[in-house]
Amino acid sequence: MSDLNKLKLAEARDALRKGDVTSVELTEACLSAIEGADALGAYVHKTPEIAIDMAKAADARIKAGDAPDLCGLPLGIKDLFCTKGVASQAASRILEGFKPEYESTVTTQLFDAGAVMLGKLNMDEFAMGSSNETSVYGNAVNPWKVDDRQLTPGGSSGGSASAVAADLCLAATGTDTGGSIRQPAAFTGITGIKPTYGRCSRWGIVAFASSLDQAGPMTKDVRDAAIMLEAMCGHDPKDSTSADLAVPNFEAMLTGDIKGKTIGIPKEYHMDGMPAEIEKLWADGTEMLKAAGAKIVDISLPHTKYALPTYYVIAPAEASSNLARYDGVRYGRRAQIGKGDGITEMYEKTRAEGFGHEVQRRVMVGTYVLSAGFYDAYYNRARKVRTLIKKDFEDVFAQGVDAILTPATPSAAFGLGEMQNADPVQMYLNDVFTVTVNLAGLPGISVPTGLGSTGLPLGLQLIGRPWEEGDLLNTAYALEQAAGFVAKPEKWW
Amino acid sequence: MLDLSFESPKPKVIAGAKHDWELVIGMEVHAQIATKAKLFSGASTQFGAEPNSNVAFVDAAMPGMLPVINEFCVEQAVRTGLGLKAQINLFSAFDRKNYFYPDLPQGYQISQLYHPIVGEGEVIVDMEPGIARLVRIERIHIEQDAGKSIHDMDPAMSFVDLNRTGVALMEIVSRPDIRGPEEAAAYVGKLRQILRYLGTCDGNMQNGNLRADVNVSVCRPGAYEKYQETQDFSHLGTRCEIKNMNSMRFIQAAIDVEARRQIAILESGGSVDQETRLYDPDKNETRSMRSKEEAHDYRYFPDPDLLPLEIEQEWVDGIAASLPELPDEKKARFVKDFGLSEYDASVLTAEVQNASYFEAVAGAAGDGKLAANWVINELFGRLKKDDRDITDSPVSPEQLAGIIKLIKAGDISGKIAKDVFEIVYTEGGDPAQIVEAKGLKQVTDTGAIEKAVDDVIAANPAQVEKAQQNPKLAGWFVGQVMKATGGKANPAAVNQIVMAKLGL
Repeated sequence: MSDLNKLKLAEARDALRKGDVTSVELTEACLSAIEGADALGAYVHKTPEIAIDMAKAADARIKAGDAPDLCGLPLGIKDLFCTKGVASQAASRILEGFKPEYESTVTTQLFDAGAVMLGKLNMDEFAMGSSNETSVYGNAVNPWKVDDRQLTPGGSSGGSASAVAADLCLAATGTDTGGSIRQPAAFTGITGIKPTYGRCSRWGIVAFASSLDQAGPMTKDVRDAAIMLEAMCGHDPKDSTSADLAVPNFEAMLTGDIKGKTIGIPKEYHMDGMPAEIEKLWADGTEMLKAAGAKIVDISLPHTKYALPTYYVIAPAEASSNLARYDGVRYGRRAQIGKGDGITEMYEKTRAEGFGHEVQRRVMVGTYVLSAGFYDAYYNRARKVRTLIKKDFEDVFAQGVDAILTPATPSAAFGLGEMQNADPVQMYLNDVFTVTVNLAGLPGISVPTGLGSTGLPLGLQLIGRPWEEGDLLNTAYALEQAAGFVAKPEKWW
Repeated sequence: MLDLSFESPKPKVIAGAKHDWELVIGMEVHAQIATKAKLFSGASTQFGAEPNSNVAFVDAAMPGMLPVINEFCVEQAVRTGLGLKAQINLFSAFDRKNYFYPDLPQGYQISQLYHPIVGEGEVIVDMEPGIARLVRIERIHIEQDAGKSIHDMDPAMSFVDLNRTGVALMEIVSRPDIRGPEEAAAYVGKLRQILRYLGTCDGNMQNGNLRADVNVSVCRPGAYEKYQETQDFSHLGTRCEIKNMNSMRFIQAAIDVEARRQIAILESGGSVDQETRLYDPDKNETRSMRSKEEAHDYRYFPDPDLLPLEIEQEWVDGIAASLPELPDEKKARFVKDFGLSEYDASVLTAEVQNASYFEAVAGAAGDGKLAANWVINELFGRLKKDDRDITDSPVSPEQLAGIIKLIKAGDISGKIAKDVFEIVYTEGGDPAQIVEAKGLKQVTDTGAIEKAVDDVIAANPAQVEKAQQNPKLAGWFVGQVMKATGGKANPAAVNQIVMAKLGL
C-alpha cells in the first residue's frame, strides 16, 4: 500500500486487522510526511522514537488478537494535553521546558487503546486565538492555498487541523472552548466534534476556561470522529465535572438514516454582512438534510446576539484565575530578576515575558470583570445571560428539534497576518457561530460540505441535544454523504 | 430536662483618659479538619513530615490538575455544624479567592464565600459557675490551607513548604458577641473542647491546627446594646483584624493592647482605620500588616472545576444520630445525676477522656461525689506530677473504684486509701488484695481499740492529767493509738473511745 498516511482511521484499522499493513508502516509513513512538512508548522514537538516503540507494541497486540479500534493508529496530540515525559507547553513561553510527570486522562485512554503518538501539535497560546498566530512557536499554516498568500488553519487547534488536512497523521486531538475544534476543522476541510461538556475528562489538559473547555477528535471524516470520540470520552473520577454516563458505540449508530428527524434553522444566525457563499452553503446543507428525509423548521434562539460578549467575559474571567499558577515559582520559565527585586517583581517579569499579548489581554480583561465593583456588572451578568442562552436551546429541543444546522464560520480561511492590525473583536467574531454551543455545554460538530468561490473549504455546524453525540454524528454522517466533499489540498509544502 | 441556665457576664470596661470604653470582639477560627487526606487531593496531612513530601500534583498546581472533594472532610464539617447546633445547608458551593503568594501554588484558595456549608449556630462560653456568654455563630465554611513560606533560612532566598497546602480547614465565623479578652480566650477554649468531643479537629494550637483571626473594636457604654436591638453595625466602632493567633495567652494580650491602641487614637480625636494587623508578643503591640494601597481584591467567583456540593438530609440525619454527648449536656448531667458541683463537673468534662474515666469510676464505685474527689484530687494530681495523660493512666477506673469501695465499706481510712492508691499507681494490682495482703484493713473491733487506748492511758499518766485539764490534747492520745495500731484503727472509733476513757 502507498501513501499510508492518507488513510482514514477506519481504513487503517481494517487494514491492520486484515494484516495488510503494520502499525510500524503506518507510523513511518506519517513520520516521513511530517519530516517534509516543516513549512506547515503543525508539529511543535516530534516524538518519532516514542511513536515507533508504540507502533511495535501495537503490532504485537494486533498479532495477539487484542486490538481495540484505535490500536496501531498514529495520531497527533494538541500541545494543550499533558503527555508524560514529553514537552507540554500549551504553546506558551511560560511553560518552557515543562515535561509533565503525568498523562492526561484523554491521552491515557487513547494510548491504552493502542493509539500511537507522533508528536505534539501547534495551537494558539493557552488555546486563546482563532488563527494559531498567538503560538510561541510561530503560526501553523493551512495546507489549503489558492493564491500566493499563506492562510491560517484557524485556531486554537490550528496545528491539529493542519496536520490532519495535510495527512501528517491519521487524526488528531483538539480542544474547544469557544470553537477551537470546529472553526479550524471548517477552515481546513476536515471534521471536528466538540462533545457535550462533561463527556471528556479535562484532567491533564491545560485549563483555559474550565466551564467551557472540552476535548474532541479532529478527523478526516465523520466515521473517524465517531471511532475516536468513543475512545476519548467516559467518566473520570479525577474530574468533578465529568459525567458518569455510559459511552455508546458511536460508529454503530452511523446508519445515515435521518428520516423523520427535525432540523432547526436558527434565524439569528443570519448575520449582517455574511458572505453570500456562506449563505449558499447553509441553504444547500439545509436542502441536503431535507432531501435525506429530515423535517426542516425555522427556529429562534433569541439570546444569540449576547453570546459573544458573554463568552468574552466568562472565558477571560476563568482564564485569569486558571493562569495564576504560571508564576515562575515551581515549573516553566522564571524571568531573570534584578538586584533588589522581590517576589512581586519576579511575578511581574516572569508573566510579562512568559505570556504573549493575547494571553495578557485576556488575563487583564478577566481580572477586570471579576474585580470589586465590576463583578455584578460583568461576570454575574454574563452568568445570567449564559443561563438564558442555554434555555434558548432547551426550549427548541423541547419543541422536538433534534439538531440545529448553522454555518461553522462566518468566512473561509483568511490570510496569516491579515488580522494583525484589526481590532481584537474582529478576530473574536470568528467564534460567533460556535461559542453559543460552549456556553450551553452542547455537542457540536463541523462537517466540510463544499468549496467556496475561491476554492477554499467551508463547513457547516450541527448542534445536538446534550449527551446525544451518537445521534448528532449520524445526522452529520447523512450530511457528509449528501455533500460528498472529497477535495484535498494540493501539496505545495 | 437538664438545667443549662446561666447569666451573661459583664462586658470588659477599659477606662480611657477621658471616659470608659467597652470592647466588641468577633472571631474567625480556623480549625484544621481531623482527616488523613487533604481537601482536594489524596496527599497525606501528617504533621512534621519532610518539607514538600506530602504534595500531590493538585497541591503543587501542576498544569491541568483538578480538585476532587474529600467526602470525609464534608462529613466532619457537617458534624461540627451539628455540634454547634447550626443550620446545615444542603446546597453549598466552592469559590476561588484569588491572590498571588508563593505558598499558594494555584494563585487562588478554594473556599466557600457565597454558599457556606453551615449557617447560624451558637456556643455557650462558660466564664464561671452560672455565668456564661452565648456567642452566635454566623457560618462555617470549608476551605484549603496555604503552604508555608520560610524567610529565615537564607539571607537572599525564601523557601516554600507545600505540605500544608490544600489541607482542609473549617473557618468558624462568630458574630461580634464577645465582650472581653478573657471571653475571647474562653470562646476559643470552648470551641476547641467541642471540636475535640466531636473528633473533627484535634485542637492542637501549637501546630497551628487551631488558630484565630480576632476582630476588635471599641465603643462607648450603651452603644453595643443599640447594636443588639437593631443589628446595625454603625453603632459599633471601626474594627481591626488581628491575624493568625495560635495561643490563648496571646489572644488575650493582643486584644487588650489593640483595644488600648484604638482608645488612644479615638480619645486624641483620630479615627481607627479598618485594617489587618499582626500581634508581636515580644513587644506586646499590634502592627499594620499592609497598607490600604496593598489591600487585596480577591476577585471571588464560583470555582468552575467543582460542582455545587449537594448533600441529602438523610445523610445529615445519620451524622446527627452518631453525635456524641457534648460538653454542656454532659456537664449538666454530671451535676444532676452525680450531685457534683458545677465546678467539679466542668473540670471533669473539660476533656471527653476525663469524663469517660470519671463515669466509669463513679459507675463501678456507686458514688459520684467520692469518685469526683478521687479523680480530680488524687488521680489528676498524680498524673500531672508525672506529666502523663489520662489515656495512659496506670490506674484503671476499675482499680480506682475498688479503692473507693474499700473506703465506703469502712475497710480502710482515707489516709490508708492514699497509700493504697500509690501502690496501685506504681506497682499495679487489685486494691482489695493489696489491703488484705499488706494487712492494711482498718480495725473496727472496739475491743481491740479499747485495749490499745487502755495501754496508752496506762503508760502516760502525766499526759492524762494534762488532757483532762485541756481537752484539746486528747488528739495526742488518738495519734498514739493510731500509731500503735499501724494506722489501721478506724479513726472515728478511736476518737470516741479516747474521749470516753478520758472522761471528756
